[in-house]
Amino acid sequence: MSLLEIRGLQVTFGGLDALSSLDFHVNDGEIVSVIGPNGAGKTTFFNAISGMVPPTEGEILFDGESVLGLDPNQITEMGIARTFQNVRLFPNMTVVENLMVSQHCRTSQLFVGALFQTKAFKKEEREIRERAEEILAFFGTRLTGYRLDQPAFALSYANRRRLEIARAMATQPRLLLLDEPVAGMNPMETAELTGLIGRLRDEWGFTIVFIEHDMKVVRDVSDRVVVLDHGVPIAEGSYESVSTDPDVIEAYLGRPLESRKDRR
Amino acid sequence: MTATLAPSGSSVALDWRRALLWGGICALSLVSVSLIGLPVGMNKRILIEPVLSLGYLFLLWIPLVFGYVATTVVVLEGVEARKSGVADLLAGLTAGLMGGIGLTLLMVGLDTVNIRKPLVNWSPQLFRLLTFERGLEFGIPVWLGICAGLGLVGAVLHQLPAVARRVMSWVLFGVMAVAILEAVIDDLAEGFHLEWLTDALYYKKGGTEGLTVTSAVVLALVLAALPVVTGGRVKAAVDHYRDAPSEDRRRTSLVLFGAIAVACVGLPMILGGIVNELLANVGLFLLLALGLNIVVGLAGLLDLGYVAFFAVGGYTTSVLTSSNSPFFAPEWHFGIALLFVVVMAAVAGLLIGAPVIRMRGDYLAIVTLGFGEIVRLLFLSDWLKPYFGGSQGITKVNPVDIGPFKVQGSDPRSVFYLVLFFCALAIYVSWRLQGSRLGRAWMATREDEQVAEAMGINTVNAKLMAFVVGATMAAFSGAVLAAKVGSVFPKSFEILVSIIILVVVIVGGMGNIAGVMVGSLVLIGILGGPRQPGLLQEFQSYKLLIYGALLVFMMLKRPEGLVPSARRSRELHQDEYLQDAWLGDEAETEGDQGAPS
Amino acid sequence: MTGVMRSRSARRVTGVDRFLTLIRVVMISVIIIGFLAFVAQQIDPDNPFARWRNPGARGLTGDQFKGLLISGLSQGSMYGLIALGYSMVYGVLGFINFAHGEVFMVGAMSGFITSDKLHAAGWWESNFLLSLTVVTLIAIVTSTFTAVITERIAYRPLRNSPRLIPLITSIGVSFFIQNAVMGLLGPATKSYPKLPEWLTTVRSVDLGRVFVWIAGILVVAGLLWYWWRGGSREKDPTADAGELPVSESELPIGEKVGQVAATLGISVPALRWLVSVWIALLLLGFLVPGKVLIFAITGTKITVVTVAAVSMAGLWYLVERTKTGRAMRAVAEDKEIAALMGINVNRIIVVTFAVGGTMAGIGGILWGLLFRSVHHMTGFLPGIKAFTAAVVGGIGNMGGAMAGGLFLGSAESVAPLVLMEPLGIPGVSQLKDAVAFTVLVLVLLFRPAGLFGERLSQEDRA
Repeated sequence: MSLLEIRGLQVTFGGLDALSSLDFHVNDGEIVSVIGPNGAGKTTFFNAISGMVPPTEGEILFDGESVLGLDPNQITEMGIARTFQNVRLFPNMTVVENLMVSQHCRTSQLFVGALFQTKAFKKEEREIRERAEEILAFFGTRLTGYRLDQPAFALSYANRRRLEIARAMATQPRLLLLDEPVAGMNPMETAELTGLIGRLRDEWGFTIVFIEHDMKVVRDVSDRVVVLDHGVPIAEGSYESVSTDPDVIEAYLGRPLESRKDRR
Repeated sequence: MTATLAPSGSSVALDWRRALLWGGICALSLVSVSLIGLPVGMNKRILIEPVLSLGYLFLLWIPLVFGYVATTVVVLEGVEARKSGVADLLAGLTAGLMGGIGLTLLMVGLDTVNIRKPLVNWSPQLFRLLTFERGLEFGIPVWLGICAGLGLVGAVLHQLPAVARRVMSWVLFGVMAVAILEAVIDDLAEGFHLEWLTDALYYKKGGTEGLTVTSAVVLALVLAALPVVTGGRVKAAVDHYRDAPSEDRRRTSLVLFGAIAVACVGLPMILGGIVNELLANVGLFLLLALGLNIVVGLAGLLDLGYVAFFAVGGYTTSVLTSSNSPFFAPEWHFGIALLFVVVMAAVAGLLIGAPVIRMRGDYLAIVTLGFGEIVRLLFLSDWLKPYFGGSQGITKVNPVDIGPFKVQGSDPRSVFYLVLFFCALAIYVSWRLQGSRLGRAWMATREDEQVAEAMGINTVNAKLMAFVVGATMAAFSGAVLAAKVGSVFPKSFEILVSIIILVVVIVGGMGNIAGVMVGSLVLIGILGGPRQPGLLQEFQSYKLLIYGALLVFMMLKRPEGLVPSARRSRELHQDEYLQDAWLGDEAETEGDQGAPS
Repeated sequence: MTGVMRSRSARRVTGVDRFLTLIRVVMISVIIIGFLAFVAQQIDPDNPFARWRNPGARGLTGDQFKGLLISGLSQGSMYGLIALGYSMVYGVLGFINFAHGEVFMVGAMSGFITSDKLHAAGWWESNFLLSLTVVTLIAIVTSTFTAVITERIAYRPLRNSPRLIPLITSIGVSFFIQNAVMGLLGPATKSYPKLPEWLTTVRSVDLGRVFVWIAGILVVAGLLWYWWRGGSREKDPTADAGELPVSESELPIGEKVGQVAATLGISVPALRWLVSVWIALLLLGFLVPGKVLIFAITGTKITVVTVAAVSMAGLWYLVERTKTGRAMRAVAEDKEIAALMGINVNRIIVVTFAVGGTMAGIGGILWGLLFRSVHHMTGFLPGIKAFTAAVVGGIGNMGGAMAGGLFLGSAESVAPLVLMEPLGIPGVSQLKDAVAFTVLVLVLLFRPAGLFGERLSQEDRA
């Protein structure tokens, strides 16, 4: 069954359609990539799903329930987590705190526990810390050890990207939305992260939707590719079928000069 | 930034422009400080009998500092630092001398024209003070000499090795501290029966008479010898503490904390009334500052109307415990009233918090400021006079009965213990919350609200919670104030209070409990609160001037405060931190050198 | 990345939202009930509805009401002048310059010192206009200097820090200036020398005729401007209209309007706004019975409003029509790009502060004329209220700042008697300041972008 189901989604900014009549679905355990030229509305698409931008029209169902009108934190609680295109960590919190704070909606302790250091409070603290370390260990040794207590801004760029993914994982989602996870990385790092995306599904059971410009990554990991242009899906299918689709080529490269003349 | 690249080498020409610029500013500062009235106003407070009063001190530090600043070498990364030499001494001398010229002009002006009409301090007293009551021909050469000399000293400081500089500032600071803290030291000595010490140290009994010259010299020598004796052991201990694993560090902190707690409980027993009164005020404002620290320091909400909660606490207590409350006077016990204080504070926190919670940070500041004023105006108005007494306020608040003890204003020690109890509570709560789920949510909200929300934090609730916790602490402070003073008036709840607490939090170190404690001890203890005199009562009329200047200075030079929280100082000095981190990292970055953002 | 925006309509209603709605409903109903009670009491003070809350209701006479309105408007125009400084600095640097009220106070103070000296020398009486000019100039110079020096010392080093840091700094600056002035000049309240009688006498002014006159002047000025601009179109590269080779009679009305607006050098909405103001003036002037529009106004208040209007026009010209103004707008939009385009950002920021200081200086003198008394705390409340006015009008928007000032001034002076006294609240004049803050809260609750919209740079809008 489909985990995420979107019907007729439309997002309008001041009379400009950023997205219009978009239908989209993701099945449980699938890896779907969303591609399209700059300004095609990919990030707006993510913003609409995660509740940061209200859709003008349409329906977004997650696991059969509508997420429309919910606050971003409620949507995260339902099981959708995301990363950001321009890395947005909590820069002055340490690596492990970044992950602990992201488990906020999975924990419940309030004043009483903290003030009286109840057993439940201590247990919860221990659990979320262990969980944070477990997630970080997934990325090798780069975010563990002494780095656990370093502030996030002191990390290298690639590590910040990794930490962002880790932070999204910490919210214990079912669906992960990754916004250009390998942007700005060198080929080695890109290759590594490509592998990680596959493992995220296989080992952690996340369903993944990701935006990417790097076609090699898209080819290597995605089960299905959706192409957006001007807020409209123009193609969908396997990487092979999409990459040969004339509409897609046109969206990326523009129409050849002769054919444009023909159409006139 | 105009950092001219001077040719390297020691034989640099004197940068006249810079020296003259700083000299001009020095002269201007000296003249304005004189005309604002600081020297005359504080001349009565003697620091070292008969040579130095607080008034003169306010003039003397200026040429020293400007001599130092005028010759500071701007070190740019990658550029060989200019070596300082004789030219710098000359520059310092010039800067100081210009200050002297400024004072000379002022003295001549004071002697010849009378513009006392707009400038109230253009007075014979100022003239007498500046000329040491011996006329122009004495005053002018002396001030030129002093200023030039101090400017020179300021410049020489750069030439000295760092150790010498540190010892000098330590000695200077120590002597001044002993002189300024006379009243406290007197009191302490009396409690420990060490009167012989204070008799030797101070000129006369009375708390404001100052050191004698001999005792000042001896004290200076002792202080200078102290670093030699300890041999850097203090620094080593601090370093050891800092580098220790977190377990050890926690243990050391606990021991330290225990010692402080014992001192807090024990000392008031042997201290006299004045110092206890001071400490009670400090505690009152510490309580406020701890609350504001949660709102501003942790959750990042600049609440300028914080005084509203202080007022709510004060008025709730007064209405419920006073026999004189105009509308409803149940005369309950303080303890029962406290329950209502908590409830009222929470309600006020929600009422004020809810409308502002979604506003931009700076709008929030101004709107809360507006709320603070509205609350005060309402308590003051004729409209609510039947309930809160208008400008006459509510008087005859009953003293607090706790078993055999009675807490009332005439017994400052009892007030101090009451305040201490609440402060301990607030410190504990702040400390625990900081490291809990809620504290982390506050920090995340402060860092990036949108992302915090996307990570599953209900930021609206988190912020409201911060408002409520802060409000409760402020309301407790208000309750204690009511019990202490025995009455409440709208006048005690001016916007000024909010601002002064903000200064306390910022000077101490935002987001850091120890910082807030140090901040309130130093500021409220020495300068005093908005209506409460501090140790230096002479400051009364210049307090706000100093608070304002301090706030600007701290924001410009040390925004992380006196005792910075690690997090905060990292935030404000990211560049330096990053440099260090990357240098330390270099060995083990395998594939990490991706494009730096 | 697409700007992340949020509208309230699509959200699930939370407790806070419900609470805010409740506040809105309560506030609006209080205002409506208060106003209805006022109307009832105006119709007949013995009306049971009027007596319900306020048994002693007597009602306001027309003249009283007019007096309130006039003093509100004259004070409001002063708030507007100060608000311009807040608005411009916020537009360019994105922070609230809390110390701007103090700049205004310094202006009023130096105005006092100068006028006092001139009074002592006897020139204030013998040659009032010249003296006033000197006083104003000196006040402007001192205020401008204060504003610029504050920027240099306190704000420039903080250019790139988090936005709350300069705000906190400016609070410190504000306290410092207040208390330094108190130390220098003493805590006593200072009184301006007496104004000449021709200025303080109450005159009855028929506003209907004034409106008609203004409307006439507007038309004549507009026509002259149109012809002058139309003739010299080639010289002005910014005029982008008039190039269509279509004869004017064939143009649809909308395009014609656009063309006229372009020739006048203003935007179409501005033209529309101007025309509607013009029509409103004419309607007011001709249709309202003469008696209603005859106001008794002191010369001082007329002066205050006129000076404020002229200063505002001058500022508008500076910002919209000069090279410096263009640079200012560019810096407000994006500092880095402006610097790349060869604009000296530091210089422009200094100019912004200077212009704000000038306006505050003029405001200070107007304060002196209006209230004739000044002390070191004079700048504090008017400062906060002027900021409120800037927010009410939409921060960063200069016309809005002026309109916001007028709105706030009149609300502050009218609301206590019109909305609050009919509700039976005693001692309403004490709550005047509370009204100003309530207006701020209400505006931010209902229209966070102000009544006339904000003009902010990209990053500030986020």
